[in-house]
Amino acid sequence: MPREDPLLEISDLRTHFFTREGTVRAVDGVSLTVPRGKTVCVVGESGCGKSVTARSVLGLVDEPGRIVSGEIWWRRRGQEPVNLAQLGPRSEEMRRVRGGEISMVFQEPMASLSPMYTIGDQLVEAIRMHLPLTQEQARERATDLLRRAGIPRAEERLDAYSFQLSGGMCQRVMIAIALAADPALLIADEPTTALDVTTQARIIDLLRDLQAETGMSVLFITHDLGVVAEIADEVVVMYLGTVVERGGVDEIFHDPKHPYTNALLGSIPRMGAGAGRRLATIRGNVPHPSDRPAGCPFHPRCDAAIGGVCDVSDPPHIVFGEARSVRCVLHDDVHRSSAAEVRA
Amino acid sequence: MTDSVAAPEPVIEVRDLTVHFPVRKGFIGRTVGHVRAVDGVDLAIRPGETLGLVGESGCGKTTLGRSIARILKPTGGEVRYRGPDGTVTDLATLGERALKPFQRQIRVVFQDPFSSLNPRMTLLQIVGEPLRANGIASGSELEHRVAEMLERVGLSPKYMNRYPHAFSGGERQRVNIARALILGPRVVIADEPVSALDVSVRAQILNLLRDLQEELKLTYLFVSHDLSVVENICDRVAVMYLGKIVEVADTAELYSSPRHPYTEALLSAVPRPDPRLRGAGRRIRLADDLPDPANPPPGCYFHTRCPYAVPGVCDIDGHGPVLTGTGPQHDAACLRTSELDLVGVASEPA
Repeated sequence: MPREDPLLEISDLRTHFFTREGTVRAVDGVSLTVPRGKTVCVVGESGCGKSVTARSVLGLVDEPGRIVSGEIWWRRRGQEPVNLAQLGPRSEEMRRVRGGEISMVFQEPMASLSPMYTIGDQLVEAIRMHLPLTQEQARERATDLLRRAGIPRAEERLDAYSFQLSGGMCQRVMIAIALAADPALLIADEPTTALDVTTQARIIDLLRDLQAETGMSVLFITHDLGVVAEIADEVVVMYLGTVVERGGVDEIFHDPKHPYTNALLGSIPRMGAGAGRRLATIRGNVPHPSDRPAGCPFHPRCDAAIGGVCDVSDPPHIVFGEARSVRCVLHDDVHRSSAAEVRA
Repeated sequence: MTDSVAAPEPVIEVRDLTVHFPVRKGFIGRTVGHVRAVDGVDLAIRPGETLGLVGESGCGKTTLGRSIARILKPTGGEVRYRGPDGTVTDLATLGERALKPFQRQIRVVFQDPFSSLNPRMTLLQIVGEPLRANGIASGSELEHRVAEMLERVGLSPKYMNRYPHAFSGGERQRVNIARALILGPRVVIADEPVSALDVSVRAQILNLLRDLQEELKLTYLFVSHDLSVVENICDRVAVMYLGKIVEVADTAELYSSPRHPYTEALLSAVPRPDPRLRGAGRRIRLADDLPDPANPPPGCYFHTRCPYAVPGVCDIDGHGPVLTGTGPQHDAACLRTSELDLVGVASEPA
């Protein structure tokens, strides 16, 4: 059965930063889809381009960066699809999409809220920007949103300032603001990274509940594989500006195809697996995006790299199914005979 | 504490340690109260072990670590340090001059490798500074020792004259470790040493810390909020809540059968990296709000968030729990610990 058209489809997106020292290819040919009502996790280490990908969707790429090529198709039900990559960051249309149809929650909840305005002011502003409501109606909706985001004594909190709330509470406020206009897609960029485990668990529960309640899609960006395992339906693994592997959450964790995914899973401590065990490591460091290796970006750190192949030509894009693909020569039939088996 | 006779003499023994920070208000800065960051902590660190110190942010774990290293002066209590010759000194009350020889034996590795290295100093200056400041080495001797130490932590000595900005997070953390170890300390306080690092680099640094411990016979106090990392590297774990130690035990024991509800809640909140475990196990969710450490709740400090708290038992002022033995090498501070059947982390099928 063919899948329904995805809500968001990014194809071959390239976002480069033109700095004085040279061009940084932060996002270099990323393709991914977000199906309706699903959670897609983008996972990767620092510098892999996961945040820039998310920001490109909303036209939030800072100078000197810009989208060089590629398409970002936004498909609302019953409406013509729009290519967000073509819209100006300040255009009327983009402003309607941003915050209205697609909203975003950032990593630092304290830094994302203004300390000069009350929580209520900021919520009401977001609501009235997108919905034709009076001040009173908007305030009512604001209280309701705070309550849905799990904030006790919501009415009183409307008059609080961000610095009077804990980090977890601020993140709940950010989520309430993001839900202000009932978005079809919520982009969450490391929303729990700055929080304690106990708070993180509750924010993840909240996002899961809100998604079940509203049917929205979630694009969740994180570096934490534990969080991915908790919340994802589908996973996109990125390394140095490219997608190296895509798959369902169970496939990624139990049948990883790319050596990087495999190595990443091997290098995280697993609770209950016995203490004191040495961890498998990935040699070397993540290179800076401005000095990316030729060929496959992972080849200098890859144990399965084939000299003369991986360091010369770009890895092939092998598609196994609708949402399952890998960029690695090891899964290419032409090279399979010469390649070592990577699965551990 | 219920240390059995078999346990070796601790290298550091903290007794009833308190660190209070004054809360000042108004124009003249009148003191209106105290934040009890560390509030009566007893803790023993045994030679050669890695003791984990875990808790949420604001629980006082960093302050405790810093007062053991005497970066901070404690308000009260003792930090008893047993030297290599067996003499015991209370570091808590020593003045700056008397403290100097001990500060060479207890060193700290800080969390953020980006802000803890001076960007205007080369690696040679950063790692060599403790040698110079203590008048131990200078000139080519200093250079030689820095080169040796860099090599030991996995950095090439040829980078010695470069500045920190040229290095990645993992490499900077190696520099941090080299700086801590250059004086040949016996005890290292590692304050969230891998929290700011990428997943693939974190494993390298954890393995490095483990190798260095073996080679140099180090004792670690490993301060962290990441329970999966702590399980991997620590021999014993102490759990801290609102300035107090609420549970101490061997790592495997603490993770498999916690005796304090807070430990159980922390363990159940850690996301497990396996989608097949989703929804498995007991789910305990604590309220977000940590009580104000300047005005802790009466009785057991944890009763405001504890799912097992009983009114009239846990919230009586002046009748808070004390850390007592609940099993061999296992202490917990909970009034109801013997009545509760708490759940830890089940072993994962390999």
